[in-house]
Amino acid sequence: MLTRALGRTPHYVVASGLAVIFLFPLLWNTWASFSAQPGTAQESGYGFGNYRTLLDYDAGLWRYLLNSTVVSGLTVVLTLGVSLLGGYAFARFRFPGKNLLFLLTLAILMVPYATLLIPLYVLLGRLHLQNSLIGLSLVLAMFQLPFATFMMRISFEAVPRELEESALVDGCGTAGALRRVLLPAVRPGLITVGLFAFLAAWNDFIAPLILISDSEKAPLPLAVANLRQQSMGAVDYGATEAGVVVLAVPCLLLFLLLQRHYVRGFMSGALKG
Amino acid sequence: MQVKAPDRAAAEHPVRPDTPDRRPRTPTLLRRSRTLQGMAYAAPTAVFVAVFFLLPLLLVGQMSLSDWPLLAGDRGGNAPENYTDATDSTLFWPAVRFTLLYTVLVTVVLLGLALLLALLVQESRPGAGFFRTVYFLPGALGLASASLLFWGLYSPSTGPLSRTLERLGLVDDPVSFLGTPTAALLSTVFLVVWKFAGFYMLILLVGLQRIPHEVYEAARMDGASPGQVFRSITLPLLRPSLALSLLLCVTGSLLAFDQFFVLTKGGPDNSTVTVVQLIYREAFQRLNLGTAAALSIIVLAALLLLNVLQFRGLRHADES
Repeated sequence: MLTRALGRTPHYVVASGLAVIFLFPLLWNTWASFSAQPGTAQESGYGFGNYRTLLDYDAGLWRYLLNSTVVSGLTVVLTLGVSLLGGYAFARFRFPGKNLLFLLTLAILMVPYATLLIPLYVLLGRLHLQNSLIGLSLVLAMFQLPFATFMMRISFEAVPRELEESALVDGCGTAGALRRVLLPAVRPGLITVGLFAFLAAWNDFIAPLILISDSEKAPLPLAVANLRQQSMGAVDYGATEAGVVVLAVPCLLLFLLLQRHYVRGFMSGALKG
Repeated sequence: MQVKAPDRAAAEHPVRPDTPDRRPRTPTLLRRSRTLQGMAYAAPTAVFVAVFFLLPLLLVGQMSLSDWPLLAGDRGGNAPENYTDATDSTLFWPAVRFTLLYTVLVTVVLLGLALLLALLVQESRPGAGFFRTVYFLPGALGLASASLLFWGLYSPSTGPLSRTLERLGLVDDPVSFLGTPTAALLSTVFLVVWKFAGFYMLILLVGLQRIPHEVYEAARMDGASPGQVFRSITLPLLRPSLALSLLLCVTGSLLAFDQFFVLTKGGPDNSTVTVVQLIYREAFQRLNLGTAAALSIIVLAALLLLNVLQFRGLRHADES
């Protein structure tokens, strides 16, 4: 027993050392966001001075939080809606062009973000969706489709056919079967897709950088990056660190809460993808 | 497959579940209705793919062959001027070289560390779950957020790294982690490894857990040393997961943008400008969307070629 425990000690030393390196930046940033920086709203001691700077910066923290929430919410709803119906179609129906459409959806993964964002900038202008949170959400939802459609297809395929057939025989249409019988069965897949879509939309930087020109409409990552770039001469590290905390907290909470779904979605993606 | 849908077509010929032969009397009609329904459910996907994926792809091709200023103006064709402009730019080849160097560096360090992490936490000994979560935690952050965090961490005036080194007496002046080309590159690699190591650890962990226990047991019975087991069992059987990690890591690194845009802004002296940053600058600082489109097409072609080669290589390796 003792020798076994001793045999494990080097393992724990390495694992713990690495854990400290991985945690340190997160802990330091949190601490720094509350601590003093000369020449900022938090001159001495600890407090919320840096957060107050962020609250009043340009269009205001609440505006940026609202923008980010709207974009992430819309992206999640769009991704869930499209991939739910699409996944159902790809798993349970036969129609001409089905395989081509599925392959085209997956092909979105093959094309670099930047290659699509330049023409999307022009295209959204023509659709009068330039500089709009709706246009941004549509683009972000499109980038989520390969993973989401794939995930929903395998979720539907995992549901026994008999379950749905008995509903159909009992007089439901396919829409009824989807709503009453299949929806509860694919809920884990929906949670995974929703979580991934939220994290991607909440954290995305390059799409809003290119598609949003009005600082009133910037989502939070863009606003915090601008806060740093626009400050003349003196750089407000404190407010930036506070911004990172505001950005990170929802992601860390969601991940810790839904860890199981995250890892499972990940595995199905990693194994079959 | 084509049976049992009491939808509109079938309503006129109700299917009775208790009859021995369940096949409806109008299979063609029914099948057609089922086909139409399938198409209806797939329609939103089709619209998204057509409008936000295929149309932009066509448009970027057209843009790359025409004069396309950011603001409306003359849009005559100018092939192949955008392409020659793109490759003639003084930053083009340095950016390509830098992106390749960065990709090699990140891939080697990141996958090496991810493999170490996966091996450390693969067995379900006490604390394994905790360590997995801790290693993955930076992965939940966005790349732009992580870059902003490290921008503060690396600050010579207020960051903890420089101050600690000074207090320990290791350096006399504040250290500029982003001040020289080499330091900026290494600092960015460190940030990216910190952010993504847990993510790749998860992929490799899935692969490790798919290796059957019996294989290890047989090797132990034959008296193989841990090093031999790792080299002749773990690594070969882990190859699919390693290949997937390699593909994702190489593709992601070749398209690097956020970390350099936020952390180094391409500096010092344009030493850390990546290819995607070049596209951004061409479009929104030099206001020339046509050249940016040509650059985008070049990147797309290079990536497709790389993916084809990688798939070929993997298939070839599988056969041998």
